[in-house]
Amino acid sequence: MLIIKDLKASIEGEEILKGINLEVKAGEVHAIMGPNGSGKSTLASVLAGRDLYRIDSGEVKYNGEDLLEKSPEERAKDGLFLGFQYPIEIPGVSMVNFMKTAINEMRRHRGEEPLSASEFLKKMREKKELVEIDSSLTNRSVNEGFSGGEKKKNEIFQMAMLEPKLAILDETDSGLDIDALKVVAKGVNNLKSSENAIIVITHYQRLLDYIVPDFVHILYRGRIVRTGGKELALLLEEKGYEWVRKEEPAGNE
Amino acid sequence: MSTVTSKISLKDRFINLYSEKSGEINKNSSALMNSFREEAVERFAKTGLPRKGTENYLYADVESIFGADMEKYFGERKISLNIREIFHCDVPDLETNLLLLVNGRFFNNGQMLKKMPGGIIAGSLAQASKEYPDLVRKHYGKYAGNSEDGLVSLNTAFAQDGIFIYVPKGVKVEKPVQIVNIMIAENDLMAQHRNLFIAEEDAEARIVVCDHTLSAHRFLTNSVNEIHTAGGAKLNITRVQNEHNGSSQVSHTFSRQEGGSELSSITISLHGGFIRNNVYVRLDGERAENNTMGLYLTDKGQFIDNFVHIDHAAPNCCSNQLYKGVLDDYASGSFNGRILVRRDAQKTNAYQANNNILLTDDAKMYSRPQLEIYADDVKCSHGSTMGQLDENALFYLRSRGIDRREARLLLMFAFAHEVIQNIKVDALRDRIDDLVDKRLRGELSRCNNCAMQCG
Ligand SMILES: Nc1ncnc2c1ncn2[C@@H]1O[C@H](COP(=O)(O)OP(=O)(O)OP(=O)(O)O)[C@@H](O)[C@H]1O
Ligand SMILES: [Mg+2]
Repeated sequence: MLIIKDLKASIEGEEILKGINLEVKAGEVHAIMGPNGSGKSTLASVLAGRDLYRIDSGEVKYNGEDLLEKSPEERAKDGLFLGFQYPIEIPGVSMVNFMKTAINEMRRHRGEEPLSASEFLKKMREKKELVEIDSSLTNRSVNEGFSGGEKKKNEIFQMAMLEPKLAILDETDSGLDIDALKVVAKGVNNLKSSENAIIVITHYQRLLDYIVPDFVHILYRGRIVRTGGKELALLLEEKGYEWVRKEEPAGNE
Repeated sequence: MSTVTSKISLKDRFINLYSEKSGEINKNSSALMNSFREEAVERFAKTGLPRKGTENYLYADVESIFGADMEKYFGERKISLNIREIFHCDVPDLETNLLLLVNGRFFNNGQMLKKMPGGIIAGSLAQASKEYPDLVRKHYGKYAGNSEDGLVSLNTAFAQDGIFIYVPKGVKVEKPVQIVNIMIAENDLMAQHRNLFIAEEDAEARIVVCDHTLSAHRFLTNSVNEIHTAGGAKLNITRVQNEHNGSSQVSHTFSRQEGGSELSSITISLHGGFIRNNVYVRLDGERAENNTMGLYLTDKGQFIDNFVHIDHAAPNCCSNQLYKGVLDDYASGSFNGRILVRRDAQKTNAYQANNNILLTDDAKMYSRPQLEIYADDVKCSHGSTMGQLDENALFYLRSRGIDRREARLLLMFAFAHEVIQNIKVDALRDRIDDLVDKRLRGELSRCNNCAMQCG
C-alpha cells in the first residue's frame, strides 16, 4: 500500500528526514515511536503533502502511484488521512460545513452523488456516537475553543467520517484521559480491516495495549533505526531512548 | 503673464450648473429643501471639492471622478423599463416594505408617501417636506449641515428628493423597510439624493438599502443620509452596495443618537468601481450604543474607501467599529476610523477593528486609526491587520480532501461572516451570506435584481 524508499526531506536547509525506508501493507498496523524532534511529525506532514518541507531525494509509492507529486487534497481523496498532532483552529468555518464539503468533494472524486442533507446528518450522528463526541462540538467552528483532548477526539471523528484507507495518527493519544484514550482506540479499531492500514505515532506504550501494532519502528534523528514487533515498545518503555542512543552506531552525525 | 485658460475649474462648473438650473431644480423639489440651496452653494464656493491627499481624502481621488462628463437632469423623466416587474420580491421568508429610488428620485407609482398603521410614514422626502414641513424641518440639514466637506454642500445644493422614513414614538416596524436604489439611463449619469430617517423615542425599525445599476452606463452618485434616533430608539440598517464596476459613489451618512438609543449599520460592498462611504456618528445622550460595520470584497481595479468618525459627546456610551475586507487583483482601499471622546464623555467604551486579507501583491490597503481622547475614564481599543490566508488552516482543510480553491473560499467566507453574522434579520443574513459566497466565487457579476432575490 505504502512504500517509502530512502526519503530525505529538509526545512530551511536543515535535513530532518535522513533516509526513511518503510513499507506498510493493507491490513497492517504500524507504530512509530521516537524521541522529541526525531522527525515523526515531519514524516507524517511530508506524506500528507505539506509544502513547507523540501523533498531532497527518495520516493514514496502509494497504491502503486507516486504520492509525492500529488496535492494534499488528491492524497486525501485517494484515502490518505492525517490526524494532526496539533489540530488547527479555524474560526468561522463550522464543523458541519467542513465535513459536508470534505465528504462531498471525496464522493465527487469517486463519481458518487453528494450525500443528501438527511444522509449526511445520519452519518454525522452515527460517527459522533462512535467516538463519543459531544454534540455541541460539531455545532461549533472547526476546533475553535476545543480543549486539547476534544481536538484529538475531533481528529478521530473526522477519520471516522472520511473512512480513509491509510490513516496516520500523529500523537492522537497525547493529552487524553483514559476514557478518551479508549474512544480513540475504538475509532481506530473500528476502521481496521484487511483493506486498510494504520500508522500510529506515539510516545506511549499504553495506546498500544488498545491498538495492537504489527510492527513498531523507532525513528531516531531522521532515520528508522530499529523495527520489531509490539515487544519493542515494551522494551523501549523499560529502557528509554538512552538505549537506542547507545546502540546507534557512531559516525551518523 | 497672459496665458488665458479657457478651462473652467470643476468647482465653477458645478456652480454654473446650479445657476443655470436652479429654476428647474426648485420646481421639482420642495420649498423646504429649496430653502437650503443658496447657502449650500456659497459654502461649496468656499471649499470646492475635496482634494486627494488632504487630511480626510488621503487616497480617494474625488476630483477625477466628479470631473467626468456626465449628464445631470433635474426634471421629470419617463423611465422606460418596467421596474416594478423586475423588482417583485419573491423571497418567501423575507417580506419587506419596498421603496424605490430611481436616479435619485422616489419612484412614483401614484403614491408619493405611504402612511402605514401606527403612524409610520415612508416615501418621497420632497413630498414629506410638503406634507409635514414641521417634522422635516426639525431634522433636515441639522446633522449634515455643519459639514466642511464640499461634497455635502454640493448635495444640499442639488438634491431634489430621496427617501423619508418616520417611525413615531414607541412604534415597532415589524417588516423591514427595503430601499432599492437604482441607477438607470441612456447616458452616463450623475445623481444626488438625500435620505432622512427618523426614529422617535423607543421606536424600532430595520432598514435595508440596496444600491444597484440597471444599465451599463457610467454612474456617479453623491448622496447624503441623515439619521436621527431619539431616546431608546433602535434602528438597524443594512446596506448592500452592488453597482457595476463602471460606477462610482460617495455617500455621507450623519447619525445623531440620543440617550439609550441603538444604531447598527452594516455596509456590504460587493461591486462598484469607486466607493467612498463617509460615516459620522454623534452619540449625544447617555447609554447610547453604536455599531458601525463594513465588509468589502474587491477585485480588479475597484477602489473602496471607508471613512468613519464616531463622536462620543456623552458619557456611558459604547461604540464598536468592525471593518473587514478581502482585496484581490490590483484592487485598493482605505479605512480611516476616527474615535473622538469628548471631555465629558466619561466611561466611554469604544472599539475599532479593521482586518484585511490581501490576496495578491498588487492589492493595496491603507488603514488608519485615529483616536482623540479627552476624557480620562474610557476604554478604547483599536487594531488593524493585513494578511494572507492562514497557510496552516488551508493545509488542514486540504488534507481532508477539500480543493485548494474551495478551501480558500471557505476561509474567505469565514472571514467575511464575522461581519455578516451581525445582521439581525435571519432571512436577510442568509441572503447576504449567499450573495457574499457568490461574490467570492466570482459568480456574481452584475445584479439586476434586488439583493433580496439575487441569484
Ligand atoms: N517549520 C519548521 N521550521 C524549522 N524547524 C522545524 C520545522 N518543523 C520541524 N522542524 C524541526 O524538525 C525536527 C523534527 O521535528 P518533528 O516535529 O518532526 O519532530 P517529532 O518527532 O514529531 O517530535 P515530537 O515528538 O516532539 O512531536 C525538529 O528539530 C524541529 O525543530
Ligand atoms: Mg511530532
